[in-house]
Amino acid sequence: MTKTDTMVKELVDKYGNKRESLLPILQGVYDIEHFVSDEAMVSIARNLDLSSADVYGKSTFYSFLDTVPRGKFVIRVCKTIVCDMHDKNQIVDTLENILKIKVGETTLNRKFSLLYTNCLGWCHKGPAMLVNDDVYTNLTPESIREIITDYKNRD
Amino acid sequence: MQERLKRLDVILGIHPESPYQVMEKALKRAPKDIISDLIDSGLKGRGGAGFLTGLKWKFAAAAEGDEKFVVCNADEGEPGTFKDREILTIVPKKVLAGMGICAYVTGAKKGYIYLRGEYKYLVPHLEREIAEFHKNCFKLELDFNVEVFLGSGAYVCGEETALLNSMEGFRGEPRNKPPFPTNNGYLGKPTVVNNVETLVSAQVVSRIGVEEFKKLGIQDSHGSKLFSVSGDTPRPGIYDLEFGLSLDEFVREFGDGDTKAVQVGGASGFCVPRKKFQSTTIGFPGGLTGDSLPTGGSMMIFNSSRSMYNVLRNYLDFFEEESCGQCTPCRIGCQQLKVGIEAVKRGDKDPEYLQQLLKLTDTMKITAKCGLGQSVANSFSSIVDNFREEMIY
Ligand SMILES: Cc1cc2nc3c(=O)[nH]c(=O)nc-3n(C[C@H](O)[C@H](O)[C@H](O)COP(=O)(O)O)c2cc1C
Ligand code: SF4
Ligand code: FES
Repeated sequence: MTKTDTMVKELVDKYGNKRESLLPILQGVYDIEHFVSDEAMVSIARNLDLSSADVYGKSTFYSFLDTVPRGKFVIRVCKTIVCDMHDKNQIVDTLENILKIKVGETTLNRKFSLLYTNCLGWCHKGPAMLVNDDVYTNLTPESIREIITDYKNRD
Repeated sequence: MQERLKRLDVILGIHPESPYQVMEKALKRAPKDIISDLIDSGLKGRGGAGFLTGLKWKFAAAAEGDEKFVVCNADEGEPGTFKDREILTIVPKKVLAGMGICAYVTGAKKGYIYLRGEYKYLVPHLEREIAEFHKNCFKLELDFNVEVFLGSGAYVCGEETALLNSMEGFRGEPRNKPPFPTNNGYLGKPTVVNNVETLVSAQVVSRIGVEEFKKLGIQDSHGSKLFSVSGDTPRPGIYDLEFGLSLDEFVREFGDGDTKAVQVGGASGFCVPRKKFQSTTIGFPGGLTGDSLPTGGSMMIFNSSRSMYNVLRNYLDFFEEESCGQCTPCRIGCQQLKVGIEAVKRGDKDPEYLQQLLKLTDTMKITAKCGLGQSVANSFSSIVDNFREEMIY
């Protein structure tokens, strides 16, 4: 078995091989590999007795299940209206400067990806962003620097 | 007047009777009595569509099915809404008690909380609460089990049938209605899908009774409601207010003194300009004079420094991205509306072109398959009609 097959097998054992398990399994793959690879989709399809096109259709539907490789820490900055009003551009500029990438890109060392997302449900404390599952609010260029430094020091 | 704006704390407050005591009390009553109380209370869904909760439960209770489900809709994706997250953080027991009462009434044995992926950090907290809830169910001999199901970043999955598709492992695309989930829901079985706050309010009806509940709010819109207030306001946050307040009162309390417009109900809601603050009340459309606007609770305030063109463009960006793409009026419509207002702004199209775009939104309203495509017209026409100059110059 390839590494991918083993990973998928473990997830199928955990969540079951019914169609209803598909989203939790895809999420599991994403948590481990930071994207859903073609190989993983084919392996899931085989395990759940679905067509790989079906699994592909499902993965590409969700904005959090990227099918291109992402960094270990995926930064998603809210670009919806309230955060936009609260200077999200300044936050994005700061991130682009620190990470030396543009929105949509991943750093060469595969540590960070910078993406936009829609309303995160923290509008009263905007601007807001997610780093993987963690929420950061009331962002300022200064707090961004601290947050990124902290993540740079993590493995 | 000021009195209306007192904080009620019906939803988020702590009361002498704990949520599980309220559930225990409810479980001693006949399901049909709980349903008729709910119907009498006039409680309407807090997820935006405003369907009578008692009726929904009644349909699901009456539906034939060997298995039934209760789904708590915690997908909360409407721009400017954050109250469900707060409810799940502060009073999860009230939500679970609401689900428990619903399970008892309908005969469901399994429940899910469909939690948006953006709130994944809440999962450990919710799982601890669910474990405690299960112990209470066991004590009360209620055979009911709840699980969290996590979304993955798709606003449309908040639409109840898209949500069910998403849970079943399909693309999160809305289904045709009818059949409605109460007959044909998760895995084709009778399913109640309720918003987080609706479940809490159903529990409130059990706690305080129909009479007290009806004292809150106004005709056709009973109870209290959590409002998510954001934008140009010195007091952003979540407020438990009575239905029936006028926008004028609201702005006096929450505005920054320079409020130009309030977006009621998020990007799929309506934009109300200053001159209409006095004639607009917040509640479900009903027997009142003037305009009454329903809201999932999102209240975004804009002051005169904001360009309403930018606001509208931001919404259209949102809809274009979040449209599931299943039906043409919405998939193409959202794109064309955005391209259209950009062209007018650049001067590539005459201002009259806006009329054509308004017609397009009318078409979307009647031909789009789900609420997403149907409600783009709300913000589009209310902004274009009231702030026409800003669209052009
Ligand atoms: C595009 C779209 C998104 C929706 N998002 C949500 C949501 O995030 N939460 C919610 O409770 N209802 C949402 N709804 C409404 C649901 O379809 C459904 O009416 C609601 O969950 C029913 O619960 P209620 O009767 O308790 O309000 C959405 C509807 C549409 C059309
Ligand atoms: S209206 Fe939009 S979101 Fe709804 S089904 Fe059609 S394309 Fe999908
Ligand atoms: S608009 Fe950014 S969190 Fe809501």
